[in-house]
Amino acid sequence: MEFNFNIEGGNFSRAGTASSEIKKILKQLNVDSNLIKRIVVALYEAEVNVVAHAWEGNIYVHIRPDAIEVTVADKGPGIPDINLAMQEGYSTASPEVREMGFGAGMGLPNMQKNCDKLQIESEINIGTKVTMLTYLKPQ
Amino acid sequence: MKVRDILEKLNLKVCSGTAGLNREIKGGYTSDLLSDVMGNAQEGNIWITLQTHKNIMAIASLKELSAIVLVKGYKPEEDTAAESETEGIPILSTPLQTFEITGEIFELLREEK
Repeated sequence: MEFNFNIEGGNFSRAGTASSEIKKILKQLNVDSNLIKRIVVALYEAEVNVVAHAWEGNIYVHIRPDAIEVTVADKGPGIPDINLAMQEGYSTASPEVREMGFGAGMGLPNMQKNCDKLQIESEINIGTKVTMLTYLKPQ
Repeated sequence: MKVRDILEKLNLKVCSGTAGLNREIKGGYTSDLLSDVMGNAQEGNIWITLQTHKNIMAIASLKELSAIVLVKGYKPEEDTAAESETEGIPILSTPLQTFEITGEIFELLREEK
């Protein structure tokens, strides 16, 4: 089973909408609630990253027999140094975004902590693709 | 302890989300960084913050928090309050500052144990 959601870049008033829809679907599918909690944290962070940094994006959720695969792909500025971006506390968010309580450099680390496999591919001025895999059973 | 139980004790004003006053408070979390709350708050926590914009409701809903307490007399923005009504997660307001209200709520939750 798979489904898609769009994310609008820059529109903070809609940030979290896609995560919330996906949470509802996962609940309806009776996915384990602890698993949903982790997926939702990772997904929300990814969604906010698109809103804060990119022009537009798409969330693709694939429910596999063994795992839930979430791919968040955006058209945007890309990440020049992924290792640097992964460091807790590192952020390139604007002062406005920080004032709202975002941009503390915790997004990517939160994503890493809340999925089993995180893969990031990025091209400057083209976009970023983040794939998060969460296994249904402990590996 | 339910959300409604702390209203009178702590002189909190209900700004929105009255439908959720029977939600159970299981611990609390104090932070103004949204990713910090997203990553570390637990289901049922009451969240103390000075942020008033709509995204706090996205966090509260996704994390299934019991209520949000705004400090220093802050009020939720209009769309934040509307979302709180829709979600049935109360937003409360206190004239106290973060340190004080966190201490008061901590004390109440500790007495209960």
